[in-house]
Amino acid sequence: MVRLKDLPTEELFTSGHRLCAGCGAGIIMRMTMKALRGPTIVVSATGCVEVASTIYPYTSWKVSWVHVAFENAAAVASGIEAAYKAMRRRGAWDKHVDIIAIVGDGGTFDIGIQALSGALERGHDFLYICYDNEAYMNTGIQRSSATPHGAATTTSPAGRKIPGKPEFKKDLIGICAAHGIKYAATASPAYWNDYITKVRKGLEVDGPAVIHVFSPCPLGMRHDSSKSIEIARLAVQTRYWPVYEVENGKYKLNIKVPRPKPLIEFLKMQGRFRHLFQPEFRHEIDALQKWVDENWRRILSLCGEKV
Amino acid sequence: MSEKKLGWKSLPIGGYLLEPGSAMKYKTGEWRAFRPIIDQEKCVNCLLCWIYCPDSAIIRLEKFVDVNYDYCKGCGICANECPVKCITMVEERR
Amino acid sequence: MAKVIGLTGDEAVAYAVKQCNVDVVAAYPITPQTIIVEKISEYVHNGEINAEFVCVESEHSAMSACVGASLTGARVFTATASQGLALMHEILYIASGLRCPMVMGIANRALSAPINIHADHSDMMGSRDCGWIQIYAENSQEAYDWVIQAFKISENPRVLLPVSVNLDGFILSHSMEGVKVLEDEEVSKFLPPRKPVITIDPTKPITVGALCLPDYYFEVKFQQIQALKEAYNVIREVNREYEALSGRKYGLLETYAMEDAEAAIVCLGSTAGTAKAVAKELREDGKKVGVIKPWVYRPFPEEDLIRAIGDVKALAVLDRACSFGAPFNALCSDILGTLYRHGKDVNVFNCLYGLGGRDMTPSDLKSIFNEALEVAKTGKIKEYVKVVGVRE
Repeated sequence: MVRLKDLPTEELFTSGHRLCAGCGAGIIMRMTMKALRGPTIVVSATGCVEVASTIYPYTSWKVSWVHVAFENAAAVASGIEAAYKAMRRRGAWDKHVDIIAIVGDGGTFDIGIQALSGALERGHDFLYICYDNEAYMNTGIQRSSATPHGAATTTSPAGRKIPGKPEFKKDLIGICAAHGIKYAATASPAYWNDYITKVRKGLEVDGPAVIHVFSPCPLGMRHDSSKSIEIARLAVQTRYWPVYEVENGKYKLNIKVPRPKPLIEFLKMQGRFRHLFQPEFRHEIDALQKWVDENWRRILSLCGEKV
Repeated sequence: MSEKKLGWKSLPIGGYLLEPGSAMKYKTGEWRAFRPIIDQEKCVNCLLCWIYCPDSAIIRLEKFVDVNYDYCKGCGICANECPVKCITMVEERR
Repeated sequence: MAKVIGLTGDEAVAYAVKQCNVDVVAAYPITPQTIIVEKISEYVHNGEINAEFVCVESEHSAMSACVGASLTGARVFTATASQGLALMHEILYIASGLRCPMVMGIANRALSAPINIHADHSDMMGSRDCGWIQIYAENSQEAYDWVIQAFKISENPRVLLPVSVNLDGFILSHSMEGVKVLEDEEVSKFLPPRKPVITIDPTKPITVGALCLPDYYFEVKFQQIQALKEAYNVIREVNREYEALSGRKYGLLETYAMEDAEAAIVCLGSTAGTAKAVAKELREDGKKVGVIKPWVYRPFPEEDLIRAIGDVKALAVLDRACSFGAPFNALCSDILGTLYRHGKDVNVFNCLYGLGGRDMTPSDLKSIFNEALEVAKTGKIKEYVKVVGVRE
């Protein structure tokens, strides 16, 4: 727990990046940089953050930063971690280096899941942050396996026959926790204290840690740029995005939502769900609400909370 | 942004960028359609606008905050989140 | 000083890697490279080397981890073959584009389909434009020697490019030879710990891998072109130093009986060994034949090739990989380009051979030499691209 005025004022993720106005990822990057504790290397995968923050010759990063490709941030991080380990052993390096892989949902859920799984299984000491804007936003809003059921994307459009994405969202933290890692957590940038605390916790863990943070996208989710944090808050308050952590396999609910707002409050703020409000697709909203409820019950039961 | 571009002989190899934070030379304030105006008398210095700004465009002062209009993109998150509603979004005029 | 150990090609590579004091080996097993990674794992688990062995979950991750490791300033090695090399294809370009020194051993094996595990150059040839320095070994001795030299070439500040050392799958990777190895101290002296130029040292932050739009991309690539040109000089310097140490002389290419040759075979890898033996036999019959064996395929040894060709009238260029749909296969295309550039008038024909490990026998080579002599005599090429040993 920390107070805003005690957070460092130095911006290690500077202004001048080309992320959209109101981009959730921009907020998340800044918050992440507030939680650092020492020499840090950020490994980014191809995506919104990578592209917008490093258009040659401009870079927003004041920490060492590496981008290699789309699907391999976890593998690159593994190599960096192994290198410092070896160099330290032969006396050529003396500092501890925190390695943070910052990857979108595209580079995590889909093309990057293999590299992530491998890195988690091998137990490298690094923090993996997945900023989830729920689609391949950088290439123009194509669906990912993190896109929720019913959402309209360009590869799962709101058509006359099929209204948005038929599939439901993957449980990333469940997958990560199944690797037996020491720390995995979800977060929302609306709850800055919870998120920043979790980033620090993830860095302090000896071994892999994963944080899955909701990243509102004005352009892709089709909401007003001023509403990003409001939507990030609503996501939690409607139980759509449960905020919990898994420490050594033990689930703990961080943000209790005893009186949830109806999911429709969250959906109606985003144009990507607009078509679901048509009478012929209204049942999809019910399906989504059902999924949210079931997911919440599942998480609650894992957390040992009363359903 | 009208600097002469370097050639292969003088550029660092591999496309490496050796100046951290060089993005500060790119003034994203030009993007704005609306600008936030802070009523600094009403501001309670809670710093929520500061932490929620995607572009680090809120300046922390002693007793209140101000806006760095060089980079502010006018997203309006600060105005939306301000607990005392002391920030108003006003149409940008150039 | 000279110790001879019975080593297969894979084992020789692993032994060299051990002596080179690598920091990180990130690799994924694939036949016929498996012995390389298995031996290195043995060294690590027995505490014989300091390296971190990262048992990655795919070759793509192997090369990705190597790029990350190289950027920290560590000495990096990996190995692969065939499908594995194909899988890491996109990262190969990134490794050279981001100027990451590293060495990769490749036990050349045919690319699917059909799936085949035997010797064939299609894997490396399929990635020949990736910007890596590419070296081909004729035997285990050369594989051992070149791995050691490769680190020095790769890490040189005038180069800073990754290097692949290629050895024929099974033919070299799994055949035992007596390899003359250096003492550990000799290798350490020749190859001290890596002195990186720029790294991602977190106390001196830099950004690596930025988006270069059309206004910058070309310049970065041009720097790579220049680095490959400079590599000619660096390779020669390293060869000279290595010769002083080992007594073994290397260069960009090797020639055999070329001084007064009328016809010659040009080929890469182990086939050159067989070709030399056949050439020797034919010489005893008074036939003026020779062999040109490029060691370094990229950067292509144009000057050395022109010198080696001398007054030869006919060249039979052997390719162990098919460039489907192309007028000539890879090595032959490069040779023709070189000859054209230097205004040299030589008759050249291409022989596509050995795909999927199909044996190139001494008798096959004898026919090719004889054909080349015929072309040298008549000046007429009957078949520009011959395919050797395919059943109708």
